[in-house]
Amino acid sequence: MFEKKSGILLIAGVGFFAFAFLSNAVIPILMYRHLPEKTVKQVVNGNVRYQFEDLAQRYPAAFEKAYGQPPADPQQAGEWYDEKCAEALEVGRKVYIGEGCWHCHSQFVRPVSNEDRRWGPVSQSWEYQNRLQRPVMFGTRRVGPDLSREGGRRSNDWHAVHFFKPDMLSPKSPMPQYPWLFDGTPDQPNTRGLALMTYVQWLGSWLESYPYYEDYAPTPIKNIVATE
Amino acid sequence: MTSSLTVSDAELPRHEDLVEERLVLWYFVAALTFMVISMTAGVLMGLQLIRHNPLPAIELFSPGRWRMVHTNAIAYGFIANAFLGIMHWIIPRLTLRPVLSRPLSYVIFGAWQFVVLATAVGILLGEAQGVEWGETPVWIDPLALVGLLLVAINFGAPIIQVRGPMYVTLWYYLAALVWTFLTYAMGNFVPEYFVCGSSAGAVGGLFIHDLVGLFVTPLGWGMMYYFVPILLKRPMWSHGLSLVGFWGLAFFYPLQGIHHFLYTPIPMFLQYGAVLSTIALELVVLTVIINFVGTLRGTGGEVLRNLPLRYFYTGIAFYFLTCLQCALQTTLTFQALIHFTDWVVGHAHMVMFGVFSMWQLGAMTYLVPRILKTDWYNPEWCEWHFWGSAGGLMLMSGDLILCGLFQGWSWAALQPWESSVQVSIPFWSVRIVAGLVMFAVQLLFIYNFFKTWQKSRAVAASV
Repeated sequence: MFEKKSGILLIAGVGFFAFAFLSNAVIPILMYRHLPEKTVKQVVNGNVRYQFEDLAQRYPAAFEKAYGQPPADPQQAGEWYDEKCAEALEVGRKVYIGEGCWHCHSQFVRPVSNEDRRWGPVSQSWEYQNRLQRPVMFGTRRVGPDLSREGGRRSNDWHAVHFFKPDMLSPKSPMPQYPWLFDGTPDQPNTRGLALMTYVQWLGSWLESYPYYEDYAPTPIKNIVATE
Repeated sequence: MTSSLTVSDAELPRHEDLVEERLVLWYFVAALTFMVISMTAGVLMGLQLIRHNPLPAIELFSPGRWRMVHTNAIAYGFIANAFLGIMHWIIPRLTLRPVLSRPLSYVIFGAWQFVVLATAVGILLGEAQGVEWGETPVWIDPLALVGLLLVAINFGAPIIQVRGPMYVTLWYYLAALVWTFLTYAMGNFVPEYFVCGSSAGAVGGLFIHDLVGLFVTPLGWGMMYYFVPILLKRPMWSHGLSLVGFWGLAFFYPLQGIHHFLYTPIPMFLQYGAVLSTIALELVVLTVIINFVGTLRGTGGEVLRNLPLRYFYTGIAFYFLTCLQCALQTTLTFQALIHFTDWVVGHAHMVMFGVFSMWQLGAMTYLVPRILKTDWYNPEWCEWHFWGSAGGLMLMSGDLILCGLFQGWSWAALQPWESSVQVSIPFWSVRIVAGLVMFAVQLLFIYNFFKTWQKSRAVAASV
């Protein structure tokens, strides 16, 4: 059996592989089956909506170029923002992967090494049960800090400048520059730039503790307030 | 092996009918080309880390993208191509049967180069897939999988026809042909289309791990069990230990994927299981190392004098070191400190370059003069290549492993993030130097290869 083709093919080749897949992959899949995968629209929440509307106000021209005009009716405008925000999250995640952000920034806070004191609550399974975590963006290396609690910590302006030229804000940062996310200057983010900022502001936006550092009062977008 | 010794030479098929030598060389050329691409990418990312990127702010030269080209070009461009070339030599000679079809072999060669090039181009255009070591854009994955299936059929045919017991190399090869296909399919499709979150993490870990353990490792050990006895002109020390090594690897290796994601929300008992099987595998590895060191008994200093053999045993020594490191670093205590740090990067370089690339470069050093039927253009340069590769790698790995400890302590001490970057700068600088040494000697090797090829043509023309 141990030196025969059938043994090697069936037991080692297929059998042991299948056993490992069952024990290491199928078991967690079954254990999390009570947490169905949320769609992108379902993970749009008030916090990330706030940031998305903030982008619309800070960069009106860029925002309009990327997403067009919201409908005049406040109810419809609300739905419109939700829809566009989901769109931005999806594109933002694609940029995050395509630029290799996930190879220098992790997305999980461990219960060791004082990580909860540096970043906030330890990561839990339910946080990852959504479309934007398929494939999961855990990451395996931290040249820069973990980002799973990054949302809301810094303003969109900060992120814009930082993506454009990181060492303007973080001196001696080894992070590369991403000027192609902008039309020439940091105050003119393009579609990809706006999307990546929305994605980063979304990270951790589902937690009670969002934002972790900065005080803010959730205010709906101004023209909606004005019309209501 | 033993049965072939009893057959008279007249009955053996001729080497020329078995091995498509030209294809072996083509694979080596392709492998070394991707090695240069990968190392260029590595240097670019390395320079970015020490803030000396010569090409900043250019989209197509973004270090983040080139970092993915670095790993993919080395895994699928260098390592896979070199293995395919070496298998085209070993499998027909060991089974005494040619591969299924020579035209198919050339189709596979072309298809595989297309897959790797398309991967690199796709990544540079920002189309990477979010699976580590599987960043190949999603639309290339099915093609790559078809390629792997054809590889399995082309090489599987002669292996399946072997009558009676098979030699160790063929156990590893046969299993690896199945495993590589399954691993690639699992890792690229399950976390992309079927499961999200922690479960996708578990599958992703399994993929990262199986790629090393079920694709690279068995193909690597397969060639060691072939070349080492041939170069030493003696059988392996213990057939029993060969059996333990193969079956131990087959059972324990696939069970460890989750150890790449310890302390994540993946269920804790599964994390413990992965840790325990990692430590168990270390014992299996020990039996393999003992077997290979035992084979050396009574051969004097042959392992030092014979350059290919020296490559192989250097790789075996690094293999022992990395596996010992695995057994320690996989423990939760170690992980708390070194996970996410450059320790892991140092470890990965020691495995991929120190072990498998060293073996493949050794095999190239051995095979190229045999195929070209002339000595190396400059054997001295081959020595330089060895010492530059081994020395550079040792410096790089040692440096990064040490760097990882400093980073881990800096983070745990809640120092500002920038301190962990500042403390890394000296280490990252040394890493660049080590990388450039490794790069330089590969270029020297390629030039030597080129001159040897030229020389062989001159020799052939003069005959």
